[in-house]
Amino acid sequence: MSTVLAVRDLKKSFGGIVAVDGVSFDVTEGEILGIIGPNGSGKSTLFNCILGQLRPSAGDVRIDGRSVTGLRPCDLNRLGVSRTFQLLQIFPQLTARENLILAGQEHKGSMFSRLVGPSDAGLSEPADRMLEFFRLDHLADEQAGSLSYGQQKLLDAAMAFISGPRLALLDEPAGGVNLTMLTSLRDRLKAINVERGATFVVIEHNMEFVMALCDRILVLAEGRIIAGGRPADVRRDPKVIEAYLGH
Amino acid sequence: MRPGPRRLAGIILMLAAAFLLAAPFAFKPYGIFILSMWAVMTIAAIGLNLTLGYAGQISLAQAAFVGIGAYITALLTTKGWPFWSTYLLGGVSCFAIGWVLGYPALRVQHHYLAFVTLAFNTLVYLIFRNEEWLTGGIYGISNVPRPDVAGWSMNGPREFYYFCLAHLALVSLATWWLIRSPWGRAFVALRENPMRALSLGVDTRRYTLMAFALGAGLGGISGALYAPLVQFVDPTPFALGLSLNLLLMVVVGGSGFFFAPFLGAMVAVLLPEWLRFTEGFYLMGYALLVVVLMVVCPSGLLGLAARLVRPAGRPGARSTAETSVAGPDAAVQSEGAR
Repeated sequence: MSTVLAVRDLKKSFGGIVAVDGVSFDVTEGEILGIIGPNGSGKSTLFNCILGQLRPSAGDVRIDGRSVTGLRPCDLNRLGVSRTFQLLQIFPQLTARENLILAGQEHKGSMFSRLVGPSDAGLSEPADRMLEFFRLDHLADEQAGSLSYGQQKLLDAAMAFISGPRLALLDEPAGGVNLTMLTSLRDRLKAINVERGATFVVIEHNMEFVMALCDRILVLAEGRIIAGGRPADVRRDPKVIEAYLGH
Repeated sequence: MRPGPRRLAGIILMLAAAFLLAAPFAFKPYGIFILSMWAVMTIAAIGLNLTLGYAGQISLAQAAFVGIGAYITALLTTKGWPFWSTYLLGGVSCFAIGWVLGYPALRVQHHYLAFVTLAFNTLVYLIFRNEEWLTGGIYGISNVPRPDVAGWSMNGPREFYYFCLAHLALVSLATWWLIRSPWGRAFVALRENPMRALSLGVDTRRYTLMAFALGAGLGGISGALYAPLVQFVDPTPFALGLSLNLLLMVVVGGSGFFFAPFLGAMVAVLLPEWLRFTEGFYLMGYALLVVVLMVVCPSGLLGLAARLVRPAGRPGARSTAETSVAGPDAAVQSEGAR
Protein backbone atom coordinates (compact mmCIF):
# COMPACT_ATOMS: atom_id res chain seq x y z
CA MET A 1 0.00 0.00 0.00
CA SER A 2 1.40 3.36 -0.99
CA THR A 3 1.44 6.46 1.18
CA VAL A 4 -1.24 8.94 0.12
CA LEU A 5 -0.66 11.67 2.68
CA ALA A 6 2.63 12.36 4.43
CA VAL A 7 2.87 15.11 7.05
CA ARG A 8 6.35 16.02 8.31
CA ASP A 9 7.19 18.21 11.32
CA LEU A 10 4.19 20.45 10.74
CA LYS A 11 4.14 23.54 12.98
CA LYS A 12 1.69 26.38 13.26
CA SER A 13 1.81 29.18 15.79
CA PHE A 14 -0.47 32.16 16.27
CA GLY A 15 1.64 34.82 17.96
CA GLY A 16 3.01 33.11 21.07
CA ILE A 17 0.57 30.22 21.00
CA VAL A 18 1.79 27.04 19.33
CA ALA A 19 -1.33 25.27 18.03
CA VAL A 20 0.42 22.51 16.12
CA ASP A 21 3.87 21.57 17.39
CA GLY A 22 5.85 19.35 15.05
CA VAL A 23 3.31 16.76 13.93
CA SER A 24 4.38 13.93 11.61
CA PHE A 25 2.30 11.03 10.32
CA ASP A 26 1.53 8.99 7.19
CA VAL A 27 -1.78 7.82 5.80
CA THR A 28 -1.72 4.79 3.51
CA GLU A 29 -4.06 4.11 0.64
CA GLY A 30 -7.51 2.86 1.65
CA GLU A 31 -6.97 3.59 5.33
CA ILE A 32 -9.41 5.36 7.66
CA LEU A 33 -7.35 7.30 10.17
CA GLY A 34 -9.03 8.90 13.16
CA ILE A 35 -7.59 11.93 14.97
CA ILE A 36 -8.88 12.53 18.47
CA GLY A 37 -7.90 14.90 21.24
CA PRO A 38 -9.37 17.28 23.78
CA ASN A 39 -10.75 20.66 22.72
CA GLY A 40 -8.00 23.05 21.69
CA SER A 41 -5.48 20.28 21.03
CA GLY A 42 -4.88 21.56 17.49
CA LYS A 43 -6.90 19.09 15.40
CA SER A 44 -8.72 21.61 13.24
CA THR A 45 -5.62 23.77 12.87
CA LEU A 46 -3.76 20.67 11.70
CA PHE A 47 -6.46 20.10 9.06
CA ASN A 48 -6.41 23.72 7.95
CA CYS A 49 -2.61 23.58 7.55
CA ILE A 50 -2.74 20.35 5.54
CA LEU A 51 -5.46 21.77 3.30
CA GLY A 52 -3.93 25.15 2.56
CA GLN A 53 -6.56 27.11 4.47
CA LEU A 54 -3.77 28.21 6.81
CA ARG A 55 -0.10 28.51 5.90
CA PRO A 56 2.00 26.31 8.22
CA SER A 57 4.83 28.03 10.14
CA ALA A 58 7.10 25.10 9.30
CA GLY A 59 7.00 21.57 7.97
CA ASP A 60 5.92 19.79 4.83
CA VAL A 61 2.76 18.17 3.49
CA ARG A 62 2.99 15.64 0.66
CA ILE A 63 0.23 14.06 -1.39
CA ASP A 64 1.42 10.97 -3.28
CA GLY A 65 4.99 12.10 -2.71
CA ARG A 66 4.43 15.57 -4.13
CA SER A 67 4.87 18.54 -1.83
CA VAL A 68 1.66 20.55 -1.64
CA THR A 69 2.60 22.86 1.23
CA GLY A 70 1.19 26.34 0.65
CA LEU A 71 -1.02 25.31 -2.27
CA ARG A 72 -4.43 27.02 -2.33
CA PRO A 73 -7.41 24.94 -1.15
CA CYS A 74 -9.02 25.00 -4.60
CA ASP A 75 -5.88 23.68 -6.30
CA LEU A 76 -5.51 21.00 -3.65
CA ASN A 77 -9.13 20.00 -4.12
CA ARG A 78 -8.60 19.62 -7.85
CA LEU A 79 -5.67 17.30 -7.06
CA GLY A 80 -8.20 14.99 -5.39
CA VAL A 81 -8.18 16.12 -1.77
CA SER A 82 -11.57 17.08 -0.35
CA ARG A 83 -12.79 18.03 3.07
CA THR A 84 -15.68 18.91 5.32
CA PHE A 85 -15.63 21.55 8.04
CA GLN A 86 -16.33 21.32 11.74
CA LEU A 87 -19.45 23.42 11.32
CA LEU A 88 -22.01 22.72 8.67
CA GLN A 89 -20.96 24.32 5.38
CA ILE A 90 -23.53 24.00 2.63
CA PHE A 91 -25.14 26.50 0.28
CA PRO A 92 -28.60 26.99 1.79
CA GLN A 93 -30.09 28.87 -1.17
CA LEU A 94 -29.24 26.19 -3.71
CA THR A 95 -31.17 22.93 -3.96
CA ALA A 96 -29.60 19.73 -2.64
CA ARG A 97 -28.83 18.62 -6.22
CA GLU A 98 -27.27 21.98 -7.09
CA ASN A 99 -25.08 21.80 -3.99
CA LEU A 100 -23.66 18.54 -5.34
CA ILE A 101 -23.30 19.85 -8.89
CA LEU A 102 -21.39 22.85 -7.54
CA ALA A 103 -19.18 20.50 -5.54
CA GLY A 104 -18.19 18.65 -8.72
CA GLN A 105 -18.34 21.24 -11.51
CA GLU A 106 -14.88 22.71 -11.10
CA HIS A 107 -13.40 19.25 -11.72
CA LYS A 108 -14.95 19.22 -15.20
CA GLY A 109 -13.52 20.89 -18.29
CA SER A 110 -12.06 24.39 -18.41
CA MET A 111 -13.34 27.77 -17.28
CA PHE A 112 -14.49 28.38 -20.87
CA SER A 113 -16.29 25.05 -21.29
CA ARG A 114 -18.11 25.68 -18.01
CA LEU A 115 -19.46 28.90 -19.49
CA VAL A 116 -20.61 27.56 -22.87
CA GLY A 117 -21.37 23.96 -21.86
CA PRO A 118 -24.49 22.50 -20.29
CA SER A 119 -25.93 24.19 -17.22
CA ASP A 120 -25.38 21.14 -14.99
CA ALA A 121 -21.85 20.45 -16.32
CA GLY A 122 -23.12 16.91 -17.01
CA LEU A 123 -23.37 16.27 -13.28
CA SER A 124 -27.12 15.84 -12.75
CA GLU A 125 -26.90 12.06 -12.92
CA PRO A 126 -23.85 11.63 -10.68
CA ALA A 127 -25.44 14.10 -8.26
CA ASP A 128 -28.66 12.10 -8.15
CA ARG A 129 -26.70 8.87 -7.64
CA MET A 130 -24.83 10.48 -4.77
CA LEU A 131 -28.11 11.72 -3.24
CA GLU A 132 -29.50 8.21 -3.53
CA PHE A 133 -26.37 6.78 -1.92
CA PHE A 134 -26.83 9.10 1.06
CA ARG A 135 -30.60 8.38 1.11
CA LEU A 136 -31.43 11.99 0.23
CA ASP A 137 -32.89 11.39 -3.23
CA HIS A 138 -36.40 12.46 -2.19
CA LEU A 139 -34.98 15.89 -1.28
CA ALA A 140 -33.08 16.61 -4.52
CA ASP A 141 -35.13 19.67 -5.48
CA GLU A 142 -35.51 21.11 -1.98
CA GLN A 143 -33.52 24.16 -0.95
CA ALA A 144 -30.64 22.82 1.11
CA GLY A 145 -31.39 25.37 3.83
CA SER A 146 -34.79 23.79 4.43
CA LEU A 147 -33.42 20.28 5.17
CA SER A 148 -33.11 19.03 8.74
CA TYR A 149 -29.74 19.36 10.48
CA GLY A 150 -28.96 15.66 10.06
CA GLN A 151 -29.88 15.75 6.38
CA GLN A 152 -27.71 18.82 5.86
CA LYS A 153 -24.84 17.03 7.56
CA LEU A 154 -25.24 14.10 5.15
CA LEU A 155 -25.39 16.50 2.20
CA ASP A 156 -22.25 18.21 3.49
CA ALA A 157 -20.47 14.83 3.52
CA ALA A 158 -21.87 13.88 0.10
CA MET A 159 -20.43 17.12 -1.35
CA ALA A 160 -16.97 15.99 -0.33
CA PHE A 161 -17.29 12.79 -2.39
CA ILE A 162 -18.99 13.80 -5.65
CA SER A 163 -15.68 14.57 -7.34
CA GLY A 164 -14.36 11.11 -6.44
CA PRO A 165 -11.52 12.30 -4.20
CA ARG A 166 -8.47 10.20 -3.48
CA LEU A 167 -8.27 11.55 0.05
CA ALA A 168 -11.03 13.04 2.21
CA LEU A 169 -10.48 14.90 5.47
CA LEU A 170 -13.61 15.07 7.57
CA ASP A 171 -13.77 17.43 10.54
CA GLU A 172 -16.31 16.08 13.07
CA PRO A 173 -18.74 14.49 10.61
CA ALA A 174 -20.83 13.14 13.51
CA GLY A 175 -21.10 16.42 15.45
CA GLY A 176 -24.72 17.14 16.36
CA VAL A 177 -26.07 14.17 14.40
CA ASN A 178 -28.68 11.99 16.14
CA LEU A 179 -28.21 8.25 16.71
CA THR A 180 -30.18 6.95 13.71
CA MET A 181 -28.43 9.34 11.34
CA LEU A 182 -25.12 8.46 12.95
CA THR A 183 -25.37 4.78 12.01
CA SER A 184 -26.42 5.74 8.50
CA LEU A 185 -23.49 8.16 8.19
CA ARG A 186 -20.98 5.58 9.45
CA ASP A 187 -22.31 2.94 7.04
CA ARG A 188 -22.10 5.37 4.12
CA LEU A 189 -18.53 6.37 4.93
CA LYS A 190 -17.48 2.72 5.32
CA ALA A 191 -19.15 1.91 2.01
CA ILE A 192 -17.33 4.70 0.18
CA ASN A 193 -14.09 3.49 1.72
CA VAL A 194 -14.63 -0.12 0.64
CA GLU A 195 -16.35 0.41 -2.72
CA ARG A 196 -14.37 3.35 -4.02
CA GLY A 197 -11.10 2.85 -2.19
CA ALA A 198 -11.17 6.40 -0.79
CA THR A 199 -8.70 7.19 1.97
CA PHE A 200 -10.00 9.07 5.02
CA VAL A 201 -8.72 11.17 7.84
CA VAL A 202 -11.46 11.85 10.39
CA ILE A 203 -11.46 14.22 13.37
CA GLU A 204 -14.11 13.17 15.84
CA HIS A 205 -15.17 13.59 19.45
CA ASN A 206 -17.71 10.79 19.41
CA MET A 207 -15.58 7.88 20.67
CA GLU A 208 -17.96 5.12 19.70
CA PHE A 209 -18.27 6.49 16.19
CA VAL A 210 -14.54 6.85 15.76
CA MET A 211 -13.69 3.44 17.28
CA ALA A 212 -16.19 1.72 14.97
CA LEU A 213 -15.14 3.60 11.83
CA CYS A 214 -11.38 3.91 11.98
CA ASP A 215 -8.56 1.45 11.30
CA ARG A 216 -6.04 3.49 13.25
CA ILE A 217 -6.18 6.42 15.65
CA LEU A 218 -3.81 9.26 16.51
CA VAL A 219 -4.24 11.18 19.75
CA LEU A 220 -3.36 14.87 19.73
CA ALA A 221 -2.81 16.95 22.89
CA GLU A 222 -1.38 20.45 23.06
CA GLY A 223 -0.38 20.28 19.40
CA ARG A 224 1.59 17.04 19.67
CA ILE A 225 0.84 13.41 18.90
CA ILE A 226 0.90 11.64 22.25
CA ALA A 227 -0.34 8.20 21.19
CA GLY A 228 -1.31 6.20 18.15
CA GLY A 229 -2.39 2.72 17.11
CA ARG A 230 -5.39 0.43 16.75
CA PRO A 231 -8.60 1.76 18.38
CA ALA A 232 -8.62 -0.88 21.14
CA ASP A 233 -5.01 -0.11 22.15
CA VAL A 234 -5.51 3.64 22.13
CA ARG A 235 -8.54 3.35 24.36
CA ARG A 236 -6.42 1.68 27.06
CA ASP A 237 -3.38 3.95 26.75
CA PRO A 238 -2.80 5.73 30.12
CA LYS A 239 -1.48 8.86 28.37
CA VAL A 240 -4.75 9.15 26.46
CA ILE A 241 -6.82 8.69 29.58
CA GLU A 242 -4.77 11.36 31.31
CA ALA A 243 -5.10 13.82 28.43
CA TYR A 244 -8.84 13.41 28.39
CA LEU A 245 -9.56 13.22 32.09
CA GLY A 246 -6.73 15.31 33.53
CA HIS A 247 -5.13 14.49 36.88
CA MET B 1 -41.06 27.68 -8.93
CA ARG B 2 -44.29 25.67 -9.16
CA PRO B 3 -46.20 25.55 -12.46
CA GLY B 4 -48.78 28.11 -11.29
CA PRO B 5 -46.40 30.97 -10.47
CA ARG B 6 -44.30 30.04 -13.50
CA ARG B 7 -47.28 30.49 -15.81
CA LEU B 8 -48.15 33.77 -14.10
CA ALA B 9 -44.56 34.96 -14.55
CA GLY B 10 -44.74 33.98 -18.23
CA ILE B 11 -47.92 35.98 -18.75
CA ILE B 12 -46.49 39.04 -16.98
CA LEU B 13 -43.34 38.75 -19.07
CA MET B 14 -45.27 38.61 -22.36
CA LEU B 15 -47.46 41.56 -21.39
CA ALA B 16 -44.36 43.55 -20.45
CA ALA B 17 -42.70 42.72 -23.77
CA ALA B 18 -45.85 43.71 -25.69
CA PHE B 19 -46.00 46.99 -23.76
CA LEU B 20 -42.32 47.76 -24.44
CA LEU B 21 -42.75 47.08 -28.17
CA ALA B 22 -45.93 49.15 -28.51
CA ALA B 23 -44.98 51.98 -26.12
CA PRO B 24 -43.32 54.37 -28.62
CA PHE B 25 -46.60 54.71 -30.49
CA ALA B 26 -48.39 55.87 -27.36
CA PHE B 27 -45.79 58.27 -25.97
CA LYS B 28 -44.46 61.70 -26.93
CA PRO B 29 -40.71 61.99 -27.68
CA TYR B 30 -39.94 62.85 -24.04
CA GLY B 31 -41.72 59.70 -22.85
CA ILE B 32 -39.80 57.65 -25.42
CA PHE B 33 -36.57 59.25 -24.21
CA ILE B 34 -37.36 58.27 -20.62
CA LEU B 35 -38.15 54.70 -21.67
CA SER B 36 -34.87 54.55 -23.61
CA MET B 37 -33.09 55.80 -20.49
CA TRP B 38 -34.80 53.02 -18.53
CA ALA B 39 -33.42 50.42 -20.98
CA VAL B 40 -29.91 51.90 -20.77
CA MET B 41 -29.93 52.09 -16.97
CA THR B 42 -31.34 48.56 -16.73
CA ILE B 43 -28.26 47.29 -18.60
CA ALA B 44 -25.98 48.99 -16.05
CA ALA B 45 -28.10 47.62 -13.19
CA ILE B 46 -27.94 44.10 -14.67
CA GLY B 47 -24.16 44.44 -14.49
CA LEU B 48 -24.31 45.54 -10.85
CA ASN B 49 -26.78 42.76 -10.03
CA LEU B 50 -24.23 40.28 -11.36
CA THR B 51 -21.45 41.71 -9.19
CA LEU B 52 -23.52 42.41 -6.08
CA GLY B 53 -26.68 40.33 -6.29
CA TYR B 54 -25.17 37.08 -7.50
CA ALA B 55 -21.50 37.22 -6.54
CA GLY B 56 -22.06 39.27 -3.37
CA GLN B 57 -19.33 41.84 -4.07
CA ILE B 58 -20.50 45.34 -3.24
CA SER B 59 -19.54 48.01 -5.75
CA LEU B 60 -20.19 51.72 -5.60
CA ALA B 61 -18.34 52.33 -8.85
CA GLN B 62 -20.89 51.34 -11.47
CA ALA B 63 -21.47 54.99 -12.50
CA ALA B 64 -17.75 55.30 -13.24
CA PHE B 65 -18.01 52.46 -15.75
CA VAL B 66 -21.10 53.94 -17.36
CA GLY B 67 -19.10 57.18 -17.59
CA ILE B 68 -16.03 55.52 -19.09
CA GLY B 69 -18.20 53.79 -21.71
CA ALA B 70 -20.03 57.04 -22.46
CA TYR B 71 -16.84 59.14 -22.75
CA ILE B 72 -15.08 56.61 -24.98
CA THR B 73 -18.07 56.56 -27.32
CA ALA B 74 -18.58 60.32 -27.25
CA LEU B 75 -14.89 61.13 -27.77
CA LEU B 76 -14.36 58.73 -30.63
CA THR B 77 -17.66 58.94 -32.52
CA THR B 78 -17.39 62.75 -32.62
CA LYS B 79 -13.96 62.20 -34.22
CA GLY B 80 -15.56 60.01 -36.88
CA TRP B 81 -14.97 56.54 -35.48
CA PRO B 82 -17.72 54.05 -36.31
CA PHE B 83 -20.12 53.46 -33.41
CA TRP B 84 -19.57 49.70 -33.19
CA SER B 85 -15.83 50.02 -32.69
CA THR B 86 -16.29 52.52 -29.86
CA TYR B 87 -19.06 50.38 -28.39
CA LEU B 88 -16.79 47.34 -28.27
CA LEU B 89 -13.88 49.42 -27.00
CA GLY B 90 -16.09 50.83 -24.21
CA GLY B 91 -17.23 47.37 -23.10
CA VAL B 92 -13.77 45.80 -23.30
CA SER B 93 -12.02 48.72 -21.53
CA CYS B 94 -14.51 48.59 -18.67
CA PHE B 95 -14.13 44.81 -18.45
CA ALA B 96 -10.36 45.26 -18.10
CA ILE B 97 -10.60 48.12 -15.59
CA GLY B 98 -13.26 46.18 -13.64
CA TRP B 99 -10.91 43.20 -13.48
CA VAL B 100 -8.21 45.39 -11.93
CA LEU B 101 -10.72 47.00 -9.53
CA GLY B 102 -11.62 43.47 -8.42
CA TYR B 103 -8.20 42.97 -6.80
CA PRO B 104 -9.08 44.96 -3.64
CA ALA B 105 -12.12 42.67 -3.28
CA LEU B 106 -9.72 39.76 -2.78
CA ARG B 107 -8.52 41.44 0.41
CA VAL B 108 -11.42 43.51 1.74
CA GLN B 109 -15.15 42.89 1.85
CA HIS B 110 -18.46 44.54 2.62
CA HIS B 111 -18.34 48.21 3.70
CA TYR B 112 -14.54 48.35 3.29
CA LEU B 113 -14.97 47.27 -0.31
CA ALA B 114 -17.74 49.83 -0.70
CA PHE B 115 -15.27 52.55 0.28
CA VAL B 116 -12.59 51.32 -2.12
CA THR B 117 -15.04 51.36 -5.03
CA LEU B 118 -16.48 54.70 -3.91
CA ALA B 119 -12.98 56.18 -4.04
CA PHE B 120 -12.54 54.81 -7.55
CA ASN B 121 -15.81 56.40 -8.68
CA THR B 122 -14.72 59.77 -7.29
CA LEU B 123 -11.33 59.46 -8.97
CA VAL B 124 -12.90 58.76 -12.36
CA TYR B 125 -15.34 61.65 -11.90
CA LEU B 126 -12.47 64.02 -11.14
CA ILE B 127 -10.64 62.89 -14.26
CA PHE B 128 -13.77 63.59 -16.35
CA ARG B 129 -14.07 67.04 -14.80
CA ASN B 130 -10.47 68.17 -14.56
CA GLU B 131 -8.68 66.69 -17.57
CA GLU B 132 -10.08 69.26 -19.94
CA TRP B 133 -7.63 68.46 -22.76
CA LEU B 134 -9.16 65.00 -23.00
CA THR B 135 -12.76 65.24 -21.79
CA GLY B 136 -13.71 68.84 -22.36
CA GLY B 137 -14.08 69.32 -18.60
CA ILE B 138 -17.37 70.74 -17.37
CA TYR B 139 -18.28 71.84 -20.90
CA GLY B 140 -18.50 68.19 -21.88
CA ILE B 141 -18.80 66.80 -25.38
CA SER B 142 -21.84 67.73 -27.44
CA ASN B 143 -23.33 66.53 -30.73
CA VAL B 144 -22.64 62.89 -30.12
CA PRO B 145 -23.98 61.21 -33.28
CA ARG B 146 -26.43 58.32 -33.26
CA PRO B 147 -25.39 55.27 -35.28
CA ASP B 148 -26.74 53.69 -38.45
CA VAL B 149 -27.59 50.00 -38.46
CA ALA B 150 -27.27 48.36 -41.88
CA GLY B 151 -27.97 51.67 -43.59
CA TRP B 152 -30.92 52.53 -41.28
CA SER B 153 -30.48 55.70 -39.31
CA MET B 154 -31.16 55.43 -35.58
CA ASN B 155 -31.55 59.20 -35.35
CA GLY B 156 -35.25 59.42 -34.45
CA PRO B 157 -36.33 58.87 -30.84
CA ARG B 158 -38.43 55.85 -31.79
CA GLU B 159 -35.65 54.17 -33.78
CA PHE B 160 -33.11 54.77 -31.06
CA TYR B 161 -35.52 53.43 -28.45
CA TYR B 162 -35.79 50.15 -30.36
CA PHE B 163 -32.02 50.15 -30.72
CA CYS B 164 -31.65 50.36 -26.91
CA LEU B 165 -34.40 47.79 -26.39
CA ALA B 166 -32.66 45.33 -28.72
CA HIS B 167 -29.45 45.76 -26.72
CA LEU B 168 -31.33 45.18 -23.49
CA ALA B 169 -32.82 41.99 -24.92
CA LEU B 170 -29.40 40.69 -26.00
CA VAL B 171 -27.77 41.57 -22.69
CA SER B 172 -30.65 39.90 -20.81
CA LEU B 173 -30.34 36.69 -22.82
CA ALA B 174 -26.57 36.56 -22.33
CA THR B 175 -26.93 37.19 -18.60
CA TRP B 176 -29.66 34.58 -18.32
CA TRP B 177 -27.33 32.07 -19.95
CA LEU B 178 -24.47 33.09 -17.67
CA ILE B 179 -26.32 32.76 -14.38
CA ARG B 180 -27.76 29.37 -15.38
CA SER B 181 -24.28 28.13 -16.29
CA PRO B 182 -21.82 26.70 -13.76
CA TRP B 183 -20.40 30.24 -13.56
CA GLY B 184 -23.66 31.51 -12.10
CA ARG B 185 -23.62 28.72 -9.55
CA ALA B 186 -20.02 29.57 -8.65
CA PHE B 187 -21.00 33.26 -8.24
CA VAL B 188 -23.78 32.31 -5.81
CA ALA B 189 -21.32 30.07 -3.95
CA LEU B 190 -18.98 33.03 -3.69
CA ARG B 191 -21.75 35.08 -2.13
CA GLU B 192 -23.05 32.42 0.24
CA ASN B 193 -19.93 30.70 1.51
CA PRO B 194 -16.60 31.53 -0.16
CA MET B 195 -14.57 29.35 2.19
CA ARG B 196 -16.54 26.22 1.39
CA ALA B 197 -16.52 27.10 -2.31
CA LEU B 198 -12.73 27.32 -2.20
CA SER B 199 -12.51 23.88 -0.59
CA LEU B 200 -14.66 22.47 -3.41
CA GLY B 201 -12.21 23.57 -6.09
CA VAL B 202 -13.93 26.86 -6.96
CA ASP B 203 -11.16 29.32 -7.78
CA THR B 204 -12.73 32.12 -5.77
CA ARG B 205 -10.02 34.59 -6.82
CA ARG B 206 -10.73 34.14 -10.51
CA TYR B 207 -14.52 34.20 -10.10
CA THR B 208 -14.39 37.34 -7.92
CA LEU B 209 -12.38 39.18 -10.56
CA MET B 210 -14.67 37.85 -13.28
CA ALA B 211 -17.76 39.05 -11.38
CA PHE B 212 -16.28 42.55 -11.16
CA ALA B 213 -15.13 42.57 -14.77
CA LEU B 214 -18.44 41.37 -16.23
CA GLY B 215 -20.44 43.84 -14.14
CA ALA B 216 -18.14 46.67 -15.20
CA GLY B 217 -18.26 45.57 -18.86
CA LEU B 218 -22.05 45.85 -18.83
CA GLY B 219 -21.67 49.29 -17.23
CA GLY B 220 -19.45 50.23 -20.18
CA ILE B 221 -22.02 48.98 -22.70
CA SER B 222 -24.69 50.97 -20.92
CA GLY B 223 -22.50 54.06 -21.19
CA ALA B 224 -21.85 53.44 -24.88
CA LEU B 225 -25.63 53.67 -25.40
CA TYR B 226 -26.06 56.58 -22.97
CA ALA B 227 -23.81 58.91 -25.01
CA PRO B 228 -25.77 58.70 -28.30
CA LEU B 229 -29.07 58.66 -26.39
CA VAL B 230 -28.47 61.98 -24.63
CA GLN B 231 -26.13 63.15 -27.43
CA PHE B 232 -24.22 65.12 -24.83
CA VAL B 233 -21.76 63.90 -22.22
CA ASP B 234 -20.52 65.86 -19.20
CA PRO B 235 -19.11 64.73 -15.84
CA THR B 236 -22.15 65.44 -13.62
CA PRO B 237 -24.27 62.34 -14.34
CA PHE B 238 -21.37 59.99 -13.51
CA ALA B 239 -20.74 61.18 -9.98
CA LEU B 240 -21.41 58.99 -6.95
CA GLY B 241 -25.13 59.79 -7.12
CA LEU B 242 -25.66 57.50 -10.10
CA SER B 243 -23.74 54.67 -8.43
CA LEU B 244 -26.04 54.96 -5.42
CA ASN B 245 -29.03 55.11 -7.73
CA LEU B 246 -27.94 51.93 -9.52
CA LEU B 247 -27.43 50.27 -6.14
CA LEU B 248 -30.94 51.37 -5.23
CA MET B 249 -32.30 49.80 -8.43
CA VAL B 250 -30.72 46.43 -7.61
CA VAL B 251 -31.74 46.45 -3.95
CA VAL B 252 -35.28 47.75 -4.50
CA GLY B 253 -35.85 45.26 -7.31
CA GLY B 254 -34.50 42.40 -5.18
CA SER B 255 -30.76 41.79 -5.13
CA GLY B 256 -29.91 38.41 -6.68
CA PHE B 257 -33.15 38.08 -8.66
CA PHE B 258 -32.82 38.04 -12.43
CA PHE B 259 -35.57 40.60 -13.06
CA ALA B 260 -34.58 42.91 -10.20
CA PRO B 261 -32.74 45.43 -12.42
CA PHE B 262 -35.74 45.79 -14.76
CA LEU B 263 -38.09 46.52 -11.90
CA GLY B 264 -35.58 48.56 -9.92
CA ALA B 265 -34.77 50.75 -12.91
CA MET B 266 -38.50 51.30 -13.37
CA VAL B 267 -38.72 52.55 -9.79
CA ALA B 268 -35.62 54.73 -10.12
CA VAL B 269 -36.12 56.11 -13.67
CA LEU B 270 -39.85 56.05 -14.33
CA LEU B 271 -41.41 56.56 -10.89
CA PRO B 272 -39.94 60.06 -10.34
CA GLU B 273 -41.41 61.07 -13.71
CA TRP B 274 -44.85 59.73 -12.78
CA LEU B 275 -44.70 61.56 -9.47
CA ARG B 276 -44.04 64.89 -11.19
CA PHE B 277 -47.69 65.92 -10.82
CA THR B 278 -46.96 66.47 -7.12
CA GLU B 279 -44.53 69.19 -8.27
CA GLY B 280 -42.17 70.24 -5.47
CA PHE B 281 -43.03 67.19 -3.38
CA TYR B 282 -42.19 64.50 -5.88
CA LEU B 283 -38.65 63.78 -4.61
CA MET B 284 -39.91 63.65 -1.03
CA GLY B 285 -42.74 61.29 -1.98
CA TYR B 286 -40.30 59.16 -3.92
CA ALA B 287 -37.87 58.97 -0.99
CA LEU B 288 -40.69 58.06 1.37
CA LEU B 289 -41.89 55.29 -0.91
CA VAL B 290 -38.41 53.78 -1.07
CA VAL B 291 -38.01 53.93 2.72
CA VAL B 292 -41.37 52.22 3.27
CA LEU B 293 -40.50 49.58 0.67
CA MET B 294 -37.19 48.80 2.34
CA VAL B 295 -38.82 48.52 5.75
CA VAL B 296 -41.64 46.28 4.53
CA CYS B 297 -39.54 44.06 2.27
CA PRO B 298 -35.77 44.29 2.70
CA SER B 299 -35.32 41.61 0.04
CA GLY B 300 -36.84 43.97 -2.54
CA LEU B 301 -39.98 43.83 -4.67
CA LEU B 302 -39.16 40.41 -6.11
CA GLY B 303 -38.27 39.12 -2.65
CA LEU B 304 -41.77 40.12 -1.59
CA ALA B 305 -43.28 38.41 -4.64
CA ALA B 306 -41.29 35.23 -3.97
CA ARG B 307 -42.49 35.23 -0.37
CA LEU B 308 -46.08 35.49 -1.56
CA VAL B 309 -45.92 32.59 -4.03
CA ARG B 310 -43.63 30.28 -2.06
CA PRO B 311 -45.49 27.36 -0.47
CA ALA B 312 -45.89 27.69 3.28
CA GLY B 313 -43.27 26.14 5.53
CA ARG B 314 -40.31 26.68 3.21
CA PRO B 315 -37.96 29.06 4.99
CA GLY B 316 -35.26 31.24 3.51
CA ALA B 317 -35.97 34.27 1.37
CA ARG B 318 -33.46 34.99 -1.36
CA SER B 319 -31.90 38.03 0.19
CA THR B 320 -28.18 38.51 0.45
CA ALA B 321 -28.72 39.93 3.91
CA GLU B 322 -29.85 36.55 5.20
CA THR B 323 -27.23 34.37 3.60
CA SER B 324 -24.24 34.83 5.84
CA VAL B 325 -23.32 31.34 6.98
CA ALA B 326 -19.58 31.69 7.36
CA GLY B 327 -19.36 30.83 11.08
CA PRO B 328 -16.21 30.66 13.20
CA ASP B 329 -14.24 28.86 10.48
CA ALA B 330 -14.32 32.17 8.60
CA ALA B 331 -11.28 33.20 10.61
CA VAL B 332 -9.12 31.01 8.42
CA GLN B 333 -10.65 32.33 5.25
CA SER B 334 -8.71 35.56 4.95
CA GLU B 335 -5.39 33.82 5.32
CA GLY B 336 -6.32 31.03 2.95
CA ALA B 337 -7.51 33.37 0.25
CA ARG B 338 -4.16 35.00 -0.26
